[in-house]
Amino acid sequence: MSAITPEMVREHGLSADEYARALAILGREPNLTELGIFSAMWSEHCSYKSSKRWLRTLPTEAPWVICGPGENAGVVDIGEGLACIFKMESHNHPSFIEPYQGAATGVGGILRDVFTMGARPVASLNALRFGAPAHPKTRHLVAGVVAGIGGYGNCVGVPTLGGECTFHAAYDGNILVNAMTVGVADAARIFYSAAAGVGLSVVYVGSKTGRDGIHGATMASAEFASDSEAKRPTVQVGDPFTEKLLLEACLELMATDAIVAIQDMGAAGLTCSTFEMASKGGVGIELDLDRVPMREDGMSAYELMLSESQERMLMVLRPGGEAEARRVFEKWELDFAVIGRTTDTGRLVLRQNGTPIAELPVDPLAEAAPEYDRPWIPAPGVAVIPPAAVPAPDDPLQALERLLGCPDLASKRWIWEQYDQTVMADTVQGPGGDAAVVRVHGTAKALAITSDCTPRYCAADAREGARQAVAEAWRNLTAVGAKPLAITDNLNLGNPERPEIMGQLVGCVEGIRDACLALDFPVVSGNVSLYNETDGAAIPPTPTIGAVGLIEDATGACTLAFKAAGEAVVLIGTTAGHLGASLYLREIASAEDGAPPPVDLAAEKRNGDFVRAEIAAGRISACHDVSDGGLLVALAEMALAGDIGAEIAVPEDAPPAHAWLFGEDQGRYLASTADAETVLEGARAARVPAMVIGLTGGGRLTVGGRHAISIAHLRAAHEDWMPRYMSAP
Amino acid sequence: MRAAVIVFPGSNCDRDIQVALRRAAGAPPVMVWHKETSLPAVDLIVLPGGFSYGDYLRCGAMAAHSPVVAEVAARARKGVPVLGICNGFQVLTETGLLPGVLMRNAQLRFVCRTQHLSVETTQSLFTGLYRPGEVIAMPIAHMDGSYFADDDTLRSLRDEDRIAFRYCDARGEGGADANPNGSRDRIAGILNGRRNVLGLMPHPERHADALLGGVDGAALFEGLVRALAA
Repeated sequence: MSAITPEMVREHGLSADEYARALAILGREPNLTELGIFSAMWSEHCSYKSSKRWLRTLPTEAPWVICGPGENAGVVDIGEGLACIFKMESHNHPSFIEPYQGAATGVGGILRDVFTMGARPVASLNALRFGAPAHPKTRHLVAGVVAGIGGYGNCVGVPTLGGECTFHAAYDGNILVNAMTVGVADAARIFYSAAAGVGLSVVYVGSKTGRDGIHGATMASAEFASDSEAKRPTVQVGDPFTEKLLLEACLELMATDAIVAIQDMGAAGLTCSTFEMASKGGVGIELDLDRVPMREDGMSAYELMLSESQERMLMVLRPGGEAEARRVFEKWELDFAVIGRTTDTGRLVLRQNGTPIAELPVDPLAEAAPEYDRPWIPAPGVAVIPPAAVPAPDDPLQALERLLGCPDLASKRWIWEQYDQTVMADTVQGPGGDAAVVRVHGTAKALAITSDCTPRYCAADAREGARQAVAEAWRNLTAVGAKPLAITDNLNLGNPERPEIMGQLVGCVEGIRDACLALDFPVVSGNVSLYNETDGAAIPPTPTIGAVGLIEDATGACTLAFKAAGEAVVLIGTTAGHLGASLYLREIASAEDGAPPPVDLAAEKRNGDFVRAEIAAGRISACHDVSDGGLLVALAEMALAGDIGAEIAVPEDAPPAHAWLFGEDQGRYLASTADAETVLEGARAARVPAMVIGLTGGGRLTVGGRHAISIAHLRAAHEDWMPRYMSAP
Repeated sequence: MRAAVIVFPGSNCDRDIQVALRRAAGAPPVMVWHKETSLPAVDLIVLPGGFSYGDYLRCGAMAAHSPVVAEVAARARKGVPVLGICNGFQVLTETGLLPGVLMRNAQLRFVCRTQHLSVETTQSLFTGLYRPGEVIAMPIAHMDGSYFADDDTLRSLRDEDRIAFRYCDARGEGGADANPNGSRDRIAGILNGRRNVLGLMPHPERHADALLGGVDGAALFEGLVRALAA
């Protein structure tokens, strides 16, 4: 083996200090394979070395939490002996370099995280952030990412139920692809990654190992320069058919008692999965690399340990479990190989051609990874813009039409229709509502699932924006009638070595913590994606929140569609007319400025608890959270979904009319009801602000008797943008 | 009604059809792994949707050579009803049990939506509970659903009343918007000459439960149960 030079250390993304630490751990110079392992294990992607000390401050517990962060995914109790297992994870860097495969393997990875723990995946969501529509790369990235997500999820047969898709020039050089999967498992049969026990077989199953994705984790832990295309070979290639077989084979074997521990081979492949299992189980592992199923001959130990070939799992089996496991994997025509055994040495030993070629202590690498308290500075405050300082439109309904057709609010039907939304025959509500609703198979219950973040708020104020993201997720679950259970957080930021970016990370974590504590909404899993910057320009802090709630009776789930004419439209929550950082300000007044709307978490909780109870009581026929674009956009979305219009009046004592109509004050809902009197009375008793603002009916939206626009006209504006954009020559 | 559902590697609607059949028939179907070379005595054989063998070669092409499919074909030729949904329809055309072929969607993208269909014939075991010309809705979800056959084949399908379902709009009419994938003659489902084999791209099993947004698919299974009990 050649001696390790400073260049080699640098190319492996290790700092001089980190290399010195590696030397101290080994007591000698590493060989190339060992250097590669250090590099992968200590990459930001695998070690969370910049974020760990902050992530530890998040609330992770509640009586219904079975397993919080630290495993492949988070687990919550949903009753009847069942558990819901979910996580969101980013695949940003690979999706920018190779959008189809980057997004596809992102979906594959998050599906495996969920079924590794014993759950059958039941739904996926995706939060997508693209650059400006006019940027020359954007359309190609949208087409590739959407096709990749669909191509993978559709084949595996897990419904993809929407999520988010927004556009902003700040993502021109770094798009975000955050994929979330939710699964359901028997609460008594959840599988973890700790390889407890000595002398047990370490088994490799799934696809063969090839030379793809080598150093993907290291790539995802560095910024882009303009030569990012040259990194295409570090992107993995997905095989959803093999994933489907692996899913079925794993679930079949999990029904037996053969498995002690199981871990998917994701980032840093065999390296990370081996260390994870050994470290958590307090054991050592010896691997015979000659037994690893290989796609091509002559792969080096370095390549085998760092390949990120997809659709692979590592398992530790009980004594005697091998025959059963082999039978199952052979039935599904997947590779099955005993590649090693657990030991009591606390060391990872790799052999090839009969000779030891690497030997590393497990705990120091996995547990004593570098952890940084990076310097950070809080973001400078942004001034609040008073409503009167924002110009009013000539006609509010023309402004509405423009908003409904702007890229962020325009219908994303073009995207959803490429996703199988109805496979598994449990989809109660697909994309387009506040939250997706999926029946828990074989029960009367349903899970509500949402993904939320408003990057323009976070760009103005990371902490307030993160509070808002959690609050909006909680509100979206509430709006379909669900009891919010827990979240998964996917923090996307720039280079943490810059104090202002680190300040954003701290702000995001503090905001999430605040909101989770106030709303009793713990974090059970998460992911951090750093270095989302190109040539020194970072993305806005984007803390995407994936959230899950429970509906005891799926038939009682509420939708946003108006159901009947002549019902009262009730506005719940306080409207101050906050236009700072709003969509109206950006799209109509052409300014991106001002502090985001503040979130009053106590009011959020009161208002939401009230709405949920009214839905459960059957008094609310349609419900929608008021978010992007404000009240008038929310009203229009309810009208479009139900194909029923409405007439509303701006109250006398309201803020300026355009601020009342388009302000993005938080903690608000619109609801329709046939029994406004009882709803208002209940609201008074619960100290929840509520008022009737109008009536449903007709084929138009009318505001203040003066302005009107037909639903058909609004629909055309809403549906037109995306297909036209994607098919333009 | 005793039914068998064939499970290929990559089938992903096998559980959905299992649930729909159990609901309609009161008894669960037998799930048959593709490697079997024999089938139990059954009244109905279903080839479910999914991506058999990943659809990597050509949709349904590999599955058509599965060990069990030879037996399915033999039963079909003896008159046992066979239903192929989505990927199952593709397998049926690949085996030659149904004419024509399902090509890539005209827009070259996967399409999933609730699609209106017109019932073109009620003269079959599968469609007897519908009204002639009835406009129904069912989910579609496919990448390769564009039905193609030559003019002679299309003529005989029409002349022999073998077109079971056509894509249409909410009023039952044709037009460019009514055809989600570019199928010739807006064909969504066809019967074989003996009328015991139906292949269709839409998913009746996904609209057999009011909670999921519709029950128009349930009539197909209930119709089969009645017809096969008679």
